[in-house]
Amino acid sequence: MGHLATGKLCLMTETPITRAAAATPPTVARKIKGLSDRAIAWTFVGPTIFLLLAINIFPLIWTINLSFTNFRANRLNREVEYVGFRNYERILTDSDIWLNMQATAHFLFWTIVLQVLIGFTLAYLINKKFKGNDLWTTIIVLPMMLSPAVVGNFWKFLYQPQIGLFNYIVAFFTGKDPSSFEMLGSVDLAPWSIVIVDTWMWTPFVMLICLAGLRSIPDYIYEAAEVDRASKLRQFFTITIPMILPFLMLAVLFRGIENFKMFDLVVQLTGGGPGSTTELTSINLKREAFEKWRTGYASAYAIILFVTVFGLASIYVKALNKVKER
Amino acid sequence: MKHSKLASVSALSLVVASMGASAQAEDLTLCWAAWDPANALVELSKEFEAQSGHTMSFEFIPWPNFADRMLNELNSGGKLCDLLIGDSQWIGGGAENGHYVKLNDFFDAEGISMGDFADATVYAYSTWPKGTPNYYALPAMGDANGWFYRKDWFERDDIKAAFQEATGRELAEPKTQKELLEIAQFFQEREIDGQTVYGAAIFTERGSEGITMGVTGALYPWGFKYENTPGSYDMEGAVNSPEAVEALEFYKEFYETATPPGYTNSYMGESLDAFKSGQVAMAMNWFAFFPGLYADPNTGGDKIDFFVNPPQNQAGSTLGGQGISVVAYSDKQDAALEYIKWFADPAVQQKWWDLGGYSAHKAVLESPTFKDSAPFAGDFIEAMGAVQDFWQEPAYAELLLAMQKRIHDYVVADQGTAKEALDKLIEDWTETFEDEGKL
Repeated sequence: MGHLATGKLCLMTETPITRAAAATPPTVARKIKGLSDRAIAWTFVGPTIFLLLAINIFPLIWTINLSFTNFRANRLNREVEYVGFRNYERILTDSDIWLNMQATAHFLFWTIVLQVLIGFTLAYLINKKFKGNDLWTTIIVLPMMLSPAVVGNFWKFLYQPQIGLFNYIVAFFTGKDPSSFEMLGSVDLAPWSIVIVDTWMWTPFVMLICLAGLRSIPDYIYEAAEVDRASKLRQFFTITIPMILPFLMLAVLFRGIENFKMFDLVVQLTGGGPGSTTELTSINLKREAFEKWRTGYASAYAIILFVTVFGLASIYVKALNKVKER
Repeated sequence: MKHSKLASVSALSLVVASMGASAQAEDLTLCWAAWDPANALVELSKEFEAQSGHTMSFEFIPWPNFADRMLNELNSGGKLCDLLIGDSQWIGGGAENGHYVKLNDFFDAEGISMGDFADATVYAYSTWPKGTPNYYALPAMGDANGWFYRKDWFERDDIKAAFQEATGRELAEPKTQKELLEIAQFFQEREIDGQTVYGAAIFTERGSEGITMGVTGALYPWGFKYENTPGSYDMEGAVNSPEAVEALEFYKEFYETATPPGYTNSYMGESLDAFKSGQVAMAMNWFAFFPGLYADPNTGGDKIDFFVNPPQNQAGSTLGGQGISVVAYSDKQDAALEYIKWFADPAVQQKWWDLGGYSAHKAVLESPTFKDSAPFAGDFIEAMGAVQDFWQEPAYAELLLAMQKRIHDYVVADQGTAKEALDKLIEDWTETFEDEGKL
């Protein structure tokens, strides 16, 4: 009886901590015996914090410092001068940079709108149980598995005015001559051409997030609505949309951040042209930093973009949390 | 015992000999752009390997990434390249930033005279500050922007008659820029052998240097100058002179009325493709490609001929080409200098030309047989007599990118006027020179 009681006590008091303590070799145990819980916690998180500081925080502080100088990374022997806010002033008063911002905003807005609309629609359709459902899901997600460089080159051929399939398809439906318009070469069409390609590539990503959201809605809610004789349309607007909204907002956040720093795909497609029509801020920033080597100026530019993204993302995350709390 | 002693001595000798050889023999890496002449240089360098005992490795970068990749390498003090055949515009940065080894003492010690090389190439590829006897490279590859055309089409009676009827003159190689445009417009969207063909392939590329190299092919013949007085950085009235405005408008008209559809971002590769596929009647490109074009089984031989960039107010061609430099960060500078010495030899230079490289050595260029040695040899000599180069300042990349943007915005994106584009270009360049402390 006494033995049984002790065994029960052991079972009741054994926790992961006590198990870890029992498994710790005596030599190590002696060493850490004198350390407080806080010290042990710091011992574990210290390396991570050190890496975070070294890889993220230090470069950020260094970039802020450089943004007030005329430093050029290709002229290490040149004297570095502090120029105050001159770099910031030059960037914010440069009309060309505002055009880049406009191009970025156009790209960002339309890619998100189209990807959310198409992605959600696809997810809604895929969520219906039908034959070949899995196969279609696999086919739809293929574009996002490709390298942006491959996609860029691939679409360049599709957009080719003389032999490109895209022009022929448009010509088939509109009756236009295929070589009468240039998707990548026209000032009016080039901004749309990059939106189309990004939408083609990344809509599956939004679709997957929406699909996860749709599948997380319990069936009993719809069953209850059926009992209450709610129409399909009403179920859609009062159950599906509110319950999937946090997922949609998450998809918008991911795609927004990704597309704000879009570089590879657009460089492959248009190189920022024609002229500077599709020169997004990240392309312009790369040119300033690593082609013109205006490191100080480019640092100020990067800080402005960082503050913009960080600010917008913070506001957005707050809104997202509110939606989730509802 | 006697035998074993002998064997030991022999083995020791072999070890010592091999140690000696490995101390001297180096593996040199030569960096250049990936194009036809680079293959010729690989072939040529086999002779150097046999003579010197050194081995050669090559790092050839595609043209669109060449400047980016190599300038990053130099700026980071990289040791990838022992020898670099760098673009002429890099010479200022190479010299001022200490990337290139100054070669004056070496040339003096080895008896290599810059007087043996074509003056224009020495000025453009070797000297910094410009025109001073401070040498940072040996002229390696003379080059200029020229033209080639479908000779078989130009000789066809039906096409000649149609041209005569359309323009009132005979179809022949153009003697002026305006004639060039007229011919290109004549061929634009013409049906030849059941295929729609276009006027000409010109440079319109945005990302690296393409459109600048193309448009200067029009600007220089119109009399474009970078400064009113050389070295003054006084650009107002020079860069945006009425002649420059007219030349820029001309290039835009050329782009709009005489190039294939979708030709908005095209450079060397696209020009070659357009010509070889029978899409265009004429094309601009660097002389470096001409041997390959002439040898092409489909559009070369009797079907092709070449001409120098036509003059307008004056003769003028855009300079290409490069000098070969020893990289200051290399640990194998002695072996690299050996390569330069070997390469400067007139016999090697002759072989260089024979293989498809463009020698800048006078012994080759002034040889009585040179002009007849290839169908484009005479044009090459003529072009090199009137070449102009872009800024060669240490801030060249910044100056180039500004021009790429302003010209592409105007010519391809149709924004603003030619005068406005050139005015903005002066503003950009002024800002750069102010940052550089030169204004």
